[in-house]
Amino acid sequence: MSARFNFEAVKAIYYFEMARMRRTLLQSVISPVITTSLYFIVFGTAIGSRIQEVGGVSYGSFITPGLIMLTLLTQCIANGSIGIYFPKFTGTIYELLSAPVAMTEVLLGYVGAAASKGLIIGLIILATASFFVDIHIAHPVMMVVFLVLTAVTFSLFGFIIGIWAKNFEQLNIVPMLIVPPLTFLGGSFYSIDMLPPFWQAVSHFNPVLYLVSGFRWSFFEIADVNPIVSLGMIGLFLVICLSILAWIFRTGYRLRS
Amino acid sequence: MTSASSPIVSIRNLTKVYNNGFKALKGVDLDIREGEILALLGPNGAGKTTMISIVCGLVNPSGGQVTVGGHDVVRDFRATRSMIGLVPQELTTDQFETVINTVTFSRGLHGKGKNPALIEQILKDLSLWDKRNNMLRELSGGMKRRVLIAKALAHEPRILFLDEPTAGVDVTLRRDMWQVVEKLRATGVTIILTTHYIEEAEEIADRVGVINAGELLLIEDKRTLMKKLGSKQLRLELTQRLSAVPPGLEAFDLKLVDDGHALVHDYAADETEGNGGGSRIAALMKALAAAHVPLGDISTHQSSLEDIFVKLIGERA
Repeated sequence: MSARFNFEAVKAIYYFEMARMRRTLLQSVISPVITTSLYFIVFGTAIGSRIQEVGGVSYGSFITPGLIMLTLLTQCIANGSIGIYFPKFTGTIYELLSAPVAMTEVLLGYVGAAASKGLIIGLIILATASFFVDIHIAHPVMMVVFLVLTAVTFSLFGFIIGIWAKNFEQLNIVPMLIVPPLTFLGGSFYSIDMLPPFWQAVSHFNPVLYLVSGFRWSFFEIADVNPIVSLGMIGLFLVICLSILAWIFRTGYRLRS
Repeated sequence: MTSASSPIVSIRNLTKVYNNGFKALKGVDLDIREGEILALLGPNGAGKTTMISIVCGLVNPSGGQVTVGGHDVVRDFRATRSMIGLVPQELTTDQFETVINTVTFSRGLHGKGKNPALIEQILKDLSLWDKRNNMLRELSGGMKRRVLIAKALAHEPRILFLDEPTAGVDVTLRRDMWQVVEKLRATGVTIILTTHYIEEAEEIADRVGVINAGELLLIEDKRTLMKKLGSKQLRLELTQRLSAVPPGLEAFDLKLVDDGHALVHDYAADETEGNGGGSRIAALMKALAAAHVPLGDISTHQSSLEDIFVKLIGERA
Protein backbone atom coordinates (compact mmCIF):
# COMPACT_ATOMS: atom_id res chain seq x y z
CA MET A 1 0.00 0.00 0.00
CA SER A 2 1.48 3.31 -0.95
CA ALA A 3 1.48 6.06 1.63
CA ARG A 4 -0.36 8.83 -0.20
CA PHE A 5 -3.70 9.60 1.42
CA ASN A 6 -6.49 10.25 -1.08
CA PHE A 7 -8.01 13.34 0.51
CA GLU A 8 -9.86 14.29 -2.70
CA ALA A 9 -11.79 11.02 -2.48
CA VAL A 10 -12.82 11.62 1.14
CA LYS A 11 -14.03 15.09 0.12
CA ALA A 12 -15.86 13.72 -2.91
CA ILE A 13 -17.73 11.09 -0.85
CA TYR A 14 -18.47 13.55 1.95
CA TYR A 15 -19.96 16.22 -0.32
CA PHE A 16 -21.82 13.63 -2.38
CA GLU A 17 -23.48 12.32 0.79
CA MET A 18 -24.20 15.78 2.19
CA ALA A 19 -25.83 16.67 -1.14
CA ARG A 20 -28.19 13.73 -0.60
CA MET A 21 -29.25 15.33 2.69
CA ARG A 22 -29.99 18.66 1.00
CA ARG A 23 -32.02 16.86 -1.63
CA THR A 24 -34.07 15.01 0.97
CA LEU A 25 -34.39 17.95 3.38
CA LEU A 26 -38.00 17.18 4.19
CA GLN A 27 -37.31 13.59 5.12
CA SER A 28 -33.95 14.02 6.82
CA VAL A 29 -34.42 17.28 8.76
CA ILE A 30 -38.02 18.41 8.94
CA SER A 31 -39.49 15.04 9.90
CA PRO A 32 -37.27 14.41 12.98
CA VAL A 33 -37.95 17.96 14.15
CA ILE A 34 -41.71 17.47 13.89
CA THR A 35 -41.53 14.10 15.66
CA THR A 36 -39.50 15.55 18.52
CA SER A 37 -41.79 18.55 18.85
CA LEU A 38 -44.68 16.11 19.24
CA TYR A 39 -42.82 14.37 22.07
CA PHE A 40 -42.36 17.71 23.82
CA ILE A 41 -45.98 18.66 23.42
CA VAL A 42 -47.31 15.29 24.61
CA PHE A 43 -44.77 14.24 27.23
CA GLY A 44 -43.22 17.53 28.21
CA THR A 45 -46.20 19.85 28.31
CA ALA A 46 -49.39 17.78 28.47
CA ILE A 47 -48.28 14.88 30.66
CA GLY A 48 -45.16 16.49 32.11
CA SER A 49 -47.14 19.26 33.78
CA ARG A 50 -48.71 16.59 36.00
CA ILE A 51 -45.39 14.93 36.83
CA GLN A 52 -43.26 16.26 39.65
CA GLU A 53 -39.67 17.28 39.04
CA VAL A 54 -37.06 14.60 38.51
CA GLY A 55 -33.85 15.26 40.43
CA GLY A 56 -34.73 18.92 40.75
CA VAL A 57 -35.34 19.38 37.01
CA SER A 58 -38.73 19.88 35.37
CA TYR A 59 -39.88 16.75 33.50
CA GLY A 60 -39.88 18.51 30.12
CA SER A 61 -36.24 19.53 30.56
CA PHE A 62 -35.36 16.11 31.97
CA ILE A 63 -36.41 14.27 28.82
CA THR A 64 -34.65 16.66 26.40
CA PRO A 65 -31.21 14.94 26.39
CA GLY A 66 -32.88 11.54 25.94
CA LEU A 67 -34.94 12.79 23.00
CA ILE A 68 -31.86 14.24 21.33
CA MET A 69 -30.06 10.91 21.85
CA LEU A 70 -33.02 8.96 20.46
CA THR A 71 -32.98 10.99 17.25
CA LEU A 72 -29.19 11.08 17.04
CA LEU A 73 -28.90 7.30 17.32
CA THR A 74 -31.65 6.61 14.81
CA GLN A 75 -30.37 9.17 12.32
CA CYS A 76 -26.71 8.17 12.55
CA ILE A 77 -27.49 4.48 12.13
CA ALA A 78 -29.87 5.18 9.24
CA ASN A 79 -27.51 7.56 7.42
CA GLY A 80 -24.42 5.48 8.08
CA SER A 81 -26.06 2.34 6.78
CA ILE A 82 -27.88 3.72 3.74
CA GLY A 83 -24.72 5.55 2.56
CA ILE A 84 -22.85 2.31 1.94
CA TYR A 85 -25.86 0.03 1.38
CA PHE A 86 -27.26 2.08 -1.50
CA PRO A 87 -24.18 1.71 -3.75
CA LYS A 88 -24.23 -2.01 -2.96
CA PHE A 89 -27.89 -2.19 -3.88
CA THR A 90 -27.62 -0.20 -7.13
CA GLY A 91 -24.24 -1.66 -8.09
CA THR A 92 -22.42 1.67 -8.13
CA ILE A 93 -20.10 0.22 -5.47
CA TYR A 94 -17.95 -0.94 -8.41
CA GLU A 95 -16.65 2.58 -8.58
CA LEU A 96 -15.58 2.70 -4.93
CA LEU A 97 -13.86 -0.66 -5.25
CA SER A 98 -12.02 0.20 -8.46
CA ALA A 99 -10.93 3.67 -7.33
CA PRO A 100 -7.54 4.37 -5.76
CA VAL A 101 -9.05 4.66 -2.30
CA ALA A 102 -8.38 2.65 0.83
CA MET A 103 -11.43 1.53 2.77
CA THR A 104 -10.39 3.87 5.59
CA GLU A 105 -10.97 6.79 3.22
CA VAL A 106 -14.32 5.39 2.15
CA LEU A 107 -15.19 5.06 5.83
CA LEU A 108 -14.11 8.62 6.64
CA GLY A 109 -16.24 10.00 3.82
CA TYR A 110 -19.41 8.06 4.62
CA VAL A 111 -19.17 8.07 8.41
CA GLY A 112 -18.06 11.71 8.44
CA ALA A 113 -21.15 12.66 6.44
CA ALA A 114 -23.51 10.47 8.50
CA ALA A 115 -22.15 11.85 11.80
CA SER A 116 -22.34 15.45 10.48
CA LYS A 117 -25.97 14.96 9.51
CA GLY A 118 -26.73 13.43 12.92
CA LEU A 119 -25.05 16.33 14.70
CA ILE A 120 -26.87 18.94 12.63
CA ILE A 121 -30.21 17.31 13.41
CA GLY A 122 -29.26 16.90 17.10
CA LEU A 123 -28.49 20.61 17.36
CA ILE A 124 -31.69 21.55 15.51
CA ILE A 125 -33.66 19.48 18.02
CA LEU A 126 -31.83 21.12 20.91
CA ALA A 127 -32.81 24.50 19.48
CA THR A 128 -36.41 23.29 19.02
CA ALA A 129 -36.49 22.05 22.63
CA SER A 130 -35.48 25.47 23.91
CA PHE A 131 -38.81 26.77 22.59
CA PHE A 132 -40.71 24.36 24.84
CA VAL A 133 -38.64 23.99 27.99
CA ASP A 134 -35.86 25.66 29.96
CA ILE A 135 -32.47 24.37 28.87
CA HIS A 136 -29.23 25.15 30.57
CA ILE A 137 -26.03 23.32 29.84
CA ALA A 138 -23.74 22.86 32.84
CA HIS A 139 -20.82 21.34 30.93
CA PRO A 140 -20.97 22.51 27.29
CA VAL A 141 -17.62 20.96 26.34
CA MET A 142 -18.62 17.57 27.74
CA MET A 143 -22.01 17.93 26.06
CA VAL A 144 -20.26 18.32 22.69
CA VAL A 145 -17.87 15.44 23.48
CA PHE A 146 -20.80 13.10 24.26
CA LEU A 147 -22.67 14.28 21.17
CA VAL A 148 -19.73 13.86 18.78
CA LEU A 149 -18.57 10.52 20.21
CA THR A 150 -22.08 9.12 20.05
CA ALA A 151 -22.62 10.41 16.51
CA VAL A 152 -19.35 8.91 15.26
CA THR A 153 -19.82 5.60 17.08
CA PHE A 154 -23.35 5.04 15.84
CA SER A 155 -22.52 6.12 12.30
CA LEU A 156 -19.79 3.46 12.36
CA PHE A 157 -22.34 1.01 13.69
CA GLY A 158 -24.67 2.01 10.85
CA PHE A 159 -21.87 1.52 8.33
CA ILE A 160 -21.37 -2.04 9.60
CA ILE A 161 -25.10 -2.72 9.22
CA GLY A 162 -24.99 -1.28 5.70
CA ILE A 163 -22.21 -3.67 4.71
CA TRP A 164 -23.86 -6.64 6.43
CA ALA A 165 -27.39 -6.06 5.09
CA LYS A 166 -28.39 -8.03 2.02
CA ASN A 167 -31.80 -6.40 1.61
CA PHE A 168 -33.85 -3.43 2.81
CA GLU A 169 -35.50 -5.47 5.54
CA GLN A 170 -32.18 -6.32 7.16
CA LEU A 171 -31.13 -2.71 6.71
CA ASN A 172 -34.12 -1.44 8.68
CA ILE A 173 -34.31 -4.12 11.33
CA VAL A 174 -31.74 -2.57 13.69
CA PRO A 175 -32.86 1.09 13.56
CA MET A 176 -36.57 0.15 13.64
CA LEU A 177 -36.70 -2.83 15.98
CA ILE A 178 -33.69 -2.62 18.27
CA VAL A 179 -32.86 1.04 18.78
CA PRO A 180 -36.27 2.39 19.92
CA PRO A 181 -36.78 -0.22 22.70
CA LEU A 182 -33.24 0.31 23.92
CA THR A 183 -33.72 4.07 23.98
CA PHE A 184 -37.12 3.99 25.62
CA LEU A 185 -35.91 1.49 28.24
CA GLY A 186 -32.55 3.25 28.63
CA GLY A 187 -33.87 6.03 30.83
CA SER A 188 -34.76 8.59 28.17
CA PHE A 189 -38.09 9.32 29.85
CA TYR A 190 -37.36 8.36 33.45
CA SER A 191 -34.57 7.94 35.93
CA ILE A 192 -33.84 4.27 36.55
CA ASP A 193 -34.11 5.06 40.27
CA MET A 194 -37.85 4.91 39.65
CA LEU A 195 -37.59 1.22 38.66
CA PRO A 196 -37.69 -1.83 40.99
CA PRO A 197 -34.15 -3.06 41.86
CA PHE A 198 -34.32 -6.02 39.44
CA TRP A 199 -35.08 -3.84 36.41
CA GLN A 200 -32.46 -1.35 37.52
CA ALA A 201 -29.89 -4.16 37.29
CA VAL A 202 -31.20 -5.23 33.87
CA SER A 203 -30.99 -1.64 32.63
CA HIS A 204 -27.23 -1.67 33.21
CA PHE A 205 -26.91 -4.11 30.30
CA ASN A 206 -28.50 -1.56 28.00
CA PRO A 207 -25.75 0.47 26.26
CA VAL A 208 -28.14 3.35 25.61
CA LEU A 209 -28.48 3.95 29.37
CA TYR A 210 -24.85 5.13 29.49
CA LEU A 211 -25.28 7.46 26.53
CA VAL A 212 -28.43 9.11 27.87
CA SER A 213 -27.14 9.28 31.42
CA GLY A 214 -23.81 10.85 30.48
CA PHE A 215 -25.42 13.25 28.07
CA ARG A 216 -28.01 14.30 30.63
CA TRP A 217 -25.26 14.83 33.20
CA SER A 218 -23.59 17.37 30.88
CA PHE A 219 -26.84 19.38 31.00
CA PHE A 220 -28.15 19.06 34.55
CA GLU A 221 -25.41 17.28 36.52
CA ILE A 222 -27.82 14.47 37.36
CA ALA A 223 -26.92 10.96 36.23
CA ASP A 224 -27.96 7.34 36.69
CA VAL A 225 -24.36 6.20 36.29
CA ASN A 226 -21.05 7.97 36.81
CA PRO A 227 -20.30 10.13 33.71
CA ILE A 228 -16.78 8.71 33.53
CA VAL A 229 -18.29 5.24 33.26
CA SER A 230 -20.62 6.57 30.53
CA LEU A 231 -17.69 7.95 28.59
CA GLY A 232 -15.82 4.68 29.01
CA MET A 233 -18.78 2.69 27.69
CA ILE A 234 -19.10 4.88 24.58
CA GLY A 235 -15.35 4.50 24.08
CA LEU A 236 -15.69 0.73 24.41
CA PHE A 237 -18.48 0.60 21.83
CA LEU A 238 -16.41 2.78 19.49
CA VAL A 239 -13.47 0.37 19.79
CA ILE A 240 -15.75 -2.63 19.15
CA CYS A 241 -17.14 -1.00 15.97
CA LEU A 242 -13.66 -0.11 14.74
CA SER A 243 -12.44 -3.66 15.37
CA ILE A 244 -15.34 -5.16 13.42
CA LEU A 245 -14.63 -2.76 10.55
CA ALA A 246 -10.92 -3.59 10.60
CA TRP A 247 -11.88 -7.25 10.18
CA ILE A 248 -14.36 -6.42 7.40
CA PHE A 249 -11.77 -4.44 5.45
CA ARG A 250 -9.09 -7.07 5.92
CA THR A 251 -11.26 -9.92 4.70
CA GLY A 252 -13.30 -8.00 2.12
CA TYR A 253 -16.46 -9.38 3.79
CA ARG A 254 -19.48 -8.77 1.54
CA LEU A 255 -17.46 -6.23 -0.44
CA ARG A 256 -14.85 -8.03 -2.54
CA SER A 257 -15.14 -11.66 -3.54
CA MET B 1 6.21 5.74 -17.22
CA THR B 2 6.86 2.47 -18.95
CA SER B 3 9.00 2.12 -22.01
CA ALA B 4 7.37 1.26 -25.31
CA SER B 5 8.55 -2.33 -25.17
CA SER B 6 7.40 -3.31 -21.67
CA PRO B 7 3.70 -4.14 -21.42
CA ILE B 8 1.40 -1.68 -19.63
CA VAL B 9 -0.61 -4.54 -18.16
CA SER B 10 1.08 -7.80 -17.39
CA ILE B 11 -0.89 -10.82 -16.18
CA ARG B 12 1.03 -13.87 -14.95
CA ASN B 13 -0.47 -17.25 -14.16
CA LEU B 14 -3.65 -15.61 -12.89
CA THR B 15 -6.15 -17.89 -11.18
CA LYS B 16 -9.48 -17.24 -9.53
CA VAL B 17 -11.55 -19.74 -7.60
CA TYR B 18 -14.79 -18.31 -6.20
CA ASN B 19 -16.08 -19.29 -2.77
CA ASN B 20 -18.56 -21.71 -4.33
CA GLY B 21 -15.65 -23.59 -5.89
CA PHE B 22 -16.14 -22.25 -9.43
CA LYS B 23 -12.82 -21.90 -11.23
CA ALA B 24 -13.27 -18.72 -13.25
CA LEU B 25 -9.63 -18.38 -14.32
CA LYS B 26 -7.17 -21.26 -14.70
CA GLY B 27 -3.75 -19.68 -15.04
CA VAL B 28 -3.98 -16.85 -17.56
CA ASP B 29 -0.88 -15.15 -18.98
CA LEU B 30 -1.37 -11.97 -20.96
CA ASP B 31 0.64 -8.89 -21.83
CA ILE B 32 -1.20 -5.78 -22.96
CA ARG B 33 0.82 -3.25 -24.94
CA GLU B 34 0.63 0.44 -24.30
CA GLY B 35 -1.59 2.26 -26.77
CA GLU B 36 -3.21 -0.78 -28.34
CA ILE B 37 -6.85 -1.73 -28.65
CA LEU B 38 -7.27 -5.27 -27.43
CA ALA B 39 -10.52 -7.14 -27.89
CA LEU B 40 -11.25 -10.07 -25.60
CA LEU B 41 -13.72 -12.49 -27.08
CA GLY B 42 -15.41 -15.36 -25.37
CA PRO B 43 -18.80 -16.84 -24.57
CA ASN B 44 -20.73 -15.97 -21.40
CA GLY B 45 -18.99 -17.19 -18.26
CA ALA B 46 -15.64 -17.55 -20.01
CA GLY B 47 -13.85 -15.46 -17.39
CA LYS B 48 -13.55 -12.14 -19.23
CA THR B 49 -15.26 -10.07 -16.58
CA THR B 50 -13.45 -11.85 -13.75
CA MET B 51 -10.12 -11.05 -15.37
CA ILE B 52 -11.02 -7.38 -15.82
CA SER B 53 -12.39 -7.23 -12.28
CA ILE B 54 -9.10 -8.47 -10.85
CA VAL B 55 -7.08 -5.92 -12.84
CA CYS B 56 -9.42 -3.14 -11.67
CA GLY B 57 -9.56 -4.25 -8.02
CA LEU B 58 -13.16 -5.47 -7.78
CA VAL B 59 -12.18 -9.08 -7.21
CA ASN B 60 -9.21 -10.48 -5.28
CA PRO B 61 -7.05 -12.94 -7.26
CA SER B 62 -6.63 -16.47 -5.91
CA GLY B 63 -3.17 -16.85 -7.40
CA GLY B 64 -0.73 -15.29 -9.84
CA GLN B 65 0.23 -11.67 -10.33
CA VAL B 66 -1.06 -8.65 -12.21
CA THR B 67 0.99 -5.51 -12.72
CA VAL B 68 -0.20 -2.27 -14.28
CA GLY B 69 2.49 0.19 -15.35
CA GLY B 70 4.93 -1.96 -13.38
CA HIS B 71 2.92 -1.76 -10.12
CA ASP B 72 1.28 -4.72 -8.43
CA VAL B 73 -2.54 -4.35 -8.46
CA VAL B 74 -2.90 -5.57 -4.88
CA ARG B 75 0.11 -4.02 -3.16
CA ASP B 76 0.25 -0.72 -5.09
CA PHE B 77 -3.46 -0.41 -5.73
CA ARG B 78 -3.39 3.39 -5.57
CA ALA B 79 -0.88 3.61 -8.39
CA THR B 80 -2.62 1.04 -10.60
CA ARG B 81 -6.21 2.14 -10.08
CA SER B 82 -5.33 5.81 -10.76
CA MET B 83 -4.31 4.73 -14.25
CA ILE B 84 -7.44 2.71 -14.98
CA GLY B 85 -10.92 3.71 -16.08
CA LEU B 86 -13.65 1.06 -16.01
CA VAL B 87 -16.96 0.98 -17.84
CA PRO B 88 -18.86 -1.90 -16.27
CA GLN B 89 -21.15 -4.29 -18.07
CA GLU B 90 -24.27 -3.53 -16.03
CA LEU B 91 -25.98 -0.15 -16.23
CA THR B 92 -25.38 0.76 -12.62
CA THR B 93 -26.21 4.34 -11.82
CA ASP B 94 -27.22 6.44 -8.87
CA GLN B 95 -30.76 7.14 -10.10
CA PHE B 96 -31.28 10.34 -8.13
CA GLU B 97 -28.03 12.06 -9.06
CA THR B 98 -27.50 14.51 -11.87
CA VAL B 99 -25.17 13.68 -14.74
CA ILE B 100 -22.67 16.39 -13.91
CA ASN B 101 -22.54 15.51 -10.20
CA THR B 102 -21.93 11.84 -10.76
CA VAL B 103 -19.17 12.51 -13.30
CA THR B 104 -17.52 15.11 -11.04
CA PHE B 105 -17.75 12.63 -8.15
CA SER B 106 -15.83 10.03 -10.17
CA ARG B 107 -12.98 12.45 -10.74
CA GLY B 108 -12.74 13.29 -7.03
CA LEU B 109 -12.86 9.64 -6.05
CA HIS B 110 -9.75 9.06 -8.14
CA GLY B 111 -7.91 11.74 -6.21
CA LYS B 112 -8.01 14.44 -8.89
CA GLY B 113 -8.90 18.05 -8.17
CA LYS B 114 -11.82 19.76 -9.88
CA ASN B 115 -11.50 20.44 -13.61
CA PRO B 116 -14.84 21.75 -14.94
CA ALA B 117 -13.42 22.43 -18.42
CA LEU B 118 -12.38 18.81 -18.84
CA ILE B 119 -15.70 17.49 -17.55
CA GLU B 120 -17.48 19.80 -20.00
CA GLN B 121 -15.37 18.46 -22.89
CA ILE B 122 -16.04 14.84 -21.94
CA LEU B 123 -19.78 15.45 -21.67
CA LYS B 124 -19.81 17.25 -25.03
CA ASP B 125 -17.88 14.45 -26.73
CA LEU B 126 -20.48 12.00 -25.52
CA SER B 127 -23.45 14.28 -26.41
CA LEU B 128 -24.35 14.55 -22.71
CA TRP B 129 -23.78 18.26 -22.18
CA ASP B 130 -27.45 19.17 -22.74
CA LYS B 131 -28.46 16.57 -20.20
CA ARG B 132 -25.92 17.53 -17.54
CA ASN B 133 -28.53 18.68 -15.02
CA ASN B 134 -30.89 15.77 -15.61
CA MET B 135 -31.26 13.06 -13.03
CA LEU B 136 -29.93 9.73 -14.22
CA ARG B 137 -33.30 8.04 -13.83
CA GLU B 138 -34.68 10.39 -16.51
CA LEU B 139 -32.20 9.10 -19.08
CA SER B 140 -32.60 6.28 -21.57
CA GLY B 141 -30.46 3.15 -21.37
CA GLY B 142 -28.14 4.36 -24.10
CA MET B 143 -27.70 7.70 -22.36
CA LYS B 144 -26.88 5.96 -19.09
CA ARG B 145 -24.23 3.97 -20.92
CA ARG B 146 -22.73 7.27 -22.08
CA VAL B 147 -22.71 8.51 -18.48
CA LEU B 148 -20.78 5.41 -17.39
CA ILE B 149 -18.21 6.09 -20.09
CA ALA B 150 -17.97 9.75 -19.02
CA LYS B 151 -17.45 8.65 -15.41
CA ALA B 152 -14.65 6.31 -16.47
CA LEU B 153 -12.94 9.09 -18.43
CA ALA B 154 -13.32 11.81 -15.79
CA HIS B 155 -9.96 11.10 -14.17
CA GLU B 156 -8.04 10.92 -17.46
CA PRO B 157 -7.11 7.23 -17.32
CA ARG B 158 -4.23 5.78 -19.34
CA ILE B 159 -6.00 2.46 -19.63
CA LEU B 160 -9.69 2.06 -20.34
CA PHE B 161 -11.61 -1.15 -19.79
CA LEU B 162 -14.90 -1.46 -21.64
CA ASP B 163 -16.81 -4.52 -20.47
CA GLU B 164 -19.40 -5.36 -23.14
CA PRO B 165 -19.82 -1.68 -24.03
CA THR B 166 -22.27 -2.18 -26.86
CA ALA B 167 -24.68 -4.65 -25.30
CA GLY B 168 -28.14 -3.22 -25.96
CA VAL B 169 -26.85 -0.04 -27.55
CA ASP B 170 -28.22 1.59 -30.70
CA VAL B 171 -26.30 2.41 -33.86
CA THR B 172 -25.79 6.11 -33.07
CA LEU B 173 -24.29 5.41 -29.69
CA ARG B 174 -22.03 2.74 -31.11
CA ARG B 175 -20.74 5.19 -33.67
CA ASP B 176 -20.22 7.92 -31.03
CA MET B 177 -18.51 5.43 -28.80
CA TRP B 178 -16.07 4.29 -31.46
CA GLN B 179 -15.31 7.91 -32.24
CA VAL B 180 -14.44 8.47 -28.58
CA VAL B 181 -12.35 5.31 -28.61
CA GLU B 182 -10.47 6.47 -31.70
CA LYS B 183 -9.86 9.86 -30.10
CA LEU B 184 -8.55 8.21 -26.95
CA ARG B 185 -6.32 5.91 -28.90
CA ALA B 186 -4.85 8.93 -30.67
CA THR B 187 -3.84 10.33 -27.27
CA GLY B 188 -2.12 7.05 -26.38
CA VAL B 189 -4.77 5.51 -24.14
CA THR B 190 -4.72 1.71 -24.05
CA ILE B 191 -8.17 0.21 -24.56
CA ILE B 192 -9.32 -3.24 -23.59
CA LEU B 193 -12.82 -4.29 -24.53
CA THR B 194 -14.75 -7.47 -24.09
CA THR B 195 -17.50 -8.27 -26.51
CA HIS B 196 -19.74 -10.93 -27.98
CA TYR B 197 -20.00 -8.94 -31.18
CA ILE B 198 -17.16 -10.21 -33.23
CA GLU B 199 -17.64 -7.69 -36.00
CA GLU B 200 -16.80 -5.06 -33.41
CA ALA B 201 -13.45 -6.64 -32.65
CA GLU B 202 -12.90 -7.01 -36.38
CA GLU B 203 -13.65 -3.34 -36.89
CA ILE B 204 -11.56 -1.63 -34.24
CA ALA B 205 -9.16 -3.99 -32.45
CA ASP B 206 -5.43 -4.23 -33.07
CA ARG B 207 -5.18 -7.56 -31.32
CA VAL B 208 -7.70 -10.20 -30.41
CA GLY B 209 -7.64 -12.56 -27.45
CA VAL B 210 -10.01 -15.48 -27.13
CA ILE B 211 -10.99 -16.71 -23.66
CA ASN B 212 -12.98 -19.82 -22.97
CA ALA B 213 -13.63 -21.70 -19.72
CA GLY B 214 -11.08 -19.65 -17.79
CA GLU B 215 -8.25 -20.08 -20.28
CA LEU B 216 -6.75 -17.75 -22.82
CA LEU B 217 -6.90 -19.82 -25.99
CA LEU B 218 -4.92 -17.42 -28.10
CA ILE B 219 -3.83 -13.83 -28.42
CA GLU B 220 -2.84 -12.60 -31.82
CA ASP B 221 -2.58 -9.60 -34.04
CA LYS B 222 -5.98 -9.35 -35.70
CA ARG B 223 -4.71 -9.49 -39.27
CA THR B 224 -2.34 -12.36 -38.54
CA LEU B 225 -5.11 -14.24 -36.82
CA MET B 226 -7.48 -13.83 -39.72
CA LYS B 227 -4.82 -14.98 -42.15
CA LYS B 228 -3.67 -17.86 -40.03
CA LEU B 229 -7.02 -19.24 -39.07
CA GLY B 230 -9.17 -17.84 -41.83
CA SER B 231 -9.96 -19.76 -44.95
CA LYS B 232 -10.75 -18.48 -48.41
CA GLN B 233 -12.97 -19.89 -51.06
CA LEU B 234 -12.74 -19.20 -54.76
CA ARG B 235 -16.04 -19.70 -56.52
CA LEU B 236 -16.38 -20.07 -60.28
CA GLU B 237 -19.88 -19.63 -61.70
CA LEU B 238 -20.41 -21.63 -64.86
CA THR B 239 -22.50 -20.64 -67.85
CA GLN B 240 -23.17 -24.29 -68.68
CA ARG B 241 -23.87 -27.20 -66.38
CA LEU B 242 -20.99 -29.66 -66.01
CA SER B 243 -21.41 -33.26 -64.93
CA ALA B 244 -17.83 -33.69 -63.69
CA VAL B 245 -14.69 -31.67 -63.03
CA PRO B 246 -13.09 -31.38 -66.51
CA PRO B 247 -9.89 -33.37 -67.17
CA GLY B 248 -6.62 -31.47 -66.66
CA LEU B 249 -7.88 -29.81 -63.44
CA GLU B 250 -7.43 -32.78 -61.05
CA ALA B 251 -4.38 -31.18 -59.40
CA PHE B 252 -6.41 -28.19 -58.08
CA ASP B 253 -8.79 -29.86 -55.64
CA LEU B 254 -11.93 -28.43 -57.24
CA LYS B 255 -15.43 -29.40 -56.22
CA LEU B 256 -18.48 -29.24 -58.37
CA VAL B 257 -21.43 -27.69 -56.51
CA ASP B 258 -24.94 -26.32 -57.14
CA ASP B 259 -25.92 -29.25 -59.33
CA GLY B 260 -22.98 -28.66 -61.63
CA HIS B 261 -23.44 -24.89 -62.05
CA ALA B 262 -20.37 -23.81 -60.04
CA LEU B 263 -16.88 -24.93 -59.10
CA VAL B 264 -15.30 -24.09 -55.72
CA HIS B 265 -11.72 -24.14 -54.53
CA ASP B 266 -10.89 -23.89 -50.80
CA TYR B 267 -7.53 -22.62 -49.64
CA ALA B 268 -5.98 -21.12 -46.51
CA ALA B 269 -6.04 -17.32 -46.24
CA ASP B 270 -2.29 -17.09 -45.73
CA GLU B 271 -1.60 -18.97 -48.97
CA THR B 272 -2.02 -15.87 -51.08
CA GLU B 273 1.18 -14.35 -49.72
CA GLY B 274 4.49 -16.16 -49.90
CA ASN B 275 3.44 -19.79 -49.72
CA GLY B 276 3.06 -20.06 -53.46
CA GLY B 277 -0.68 -19.61 -53.20
CA GLY B 278 -0.71 -16.66 -55.60
CA SER B 279 1.04 -18.60 -58.32
CA ARG B 280 -1.29 -21.54 -57.74
CA ILE B 281 -4.32 -19.35 -58.40
CA ALA B 282 -2.62 -18.09 -61.57
CA ALA B 283 -1.90 -21.69 -62.63
CA LEU B 284 -5.53 -22.59 -61.95
CA MET B 285 -6.70 -19.73 -64.16
CA LYS B 286 -4.48 -20.92 -67.02
CA ALA B 287 -5.64 -24.50 -66.62
CA LEU B 288 -9.29 -23.35 -66.62
CA ALA B 289 -8.74 -21.53 -69.92
CA ALA B 290 -6.89 -24.51 -71.40
CA ALA B 291 -9.71 -26.86 -70.39
CA HIS B 292 -12.29 -24.49 -71.99
CA VAL B 293 -14.36 -24.31 -68.82
CA PRO B 294 -17.44 -22.13 -69.53
CA LEU B 295 -16.70 -19.36 -66.94
CA GLY B 296 -19.46 -16.87 -66.09
CA ASP B 297 -18.17 -15.12 -62.96
CA ILE B 298 -15.48 -15.39 -60.28
CA SER B 299 -15.75 -14.49 -56.59
CA THR B 300 -13.78 -15.08 -53.41
CA HIS B 301 -15.00 -15.20 -49.84
CA GLN B 302 -12.88 -14.87 -46.72
CA SER B 303 -14.07 -16.25 -43.39
CA SER B 304 -14.84 -13.64 -40.74
CA LEU B 305 -13.51 -13.49 -37.22
CA GLU B 306 -16.82 -14.96 -36.18
CA ASP B 307 -16.26 -18.15 -38.22
CA ILE B 308 -12.77 -18.38 -36.74
CA PHE B 309 -14.10 -17.89 -33.24
CA VAL B 310 -16.85 -20.46 -33.55
CA LYS B 311 -14.36 -22.95 -34.99
CA LEU B 312 -11.87 -22.30 -32.18
CA ILE B 313 -14.39 -22.62 -29.36
CA GLY B 314 -15.88 -25.70 -31.05
CA GLU B 315 -12.51 -27.46 -31.24
CA ARG B 316 -11.89 -27.03 -27.53
CA ALA B 317 -15.37 -27.87 -26.38
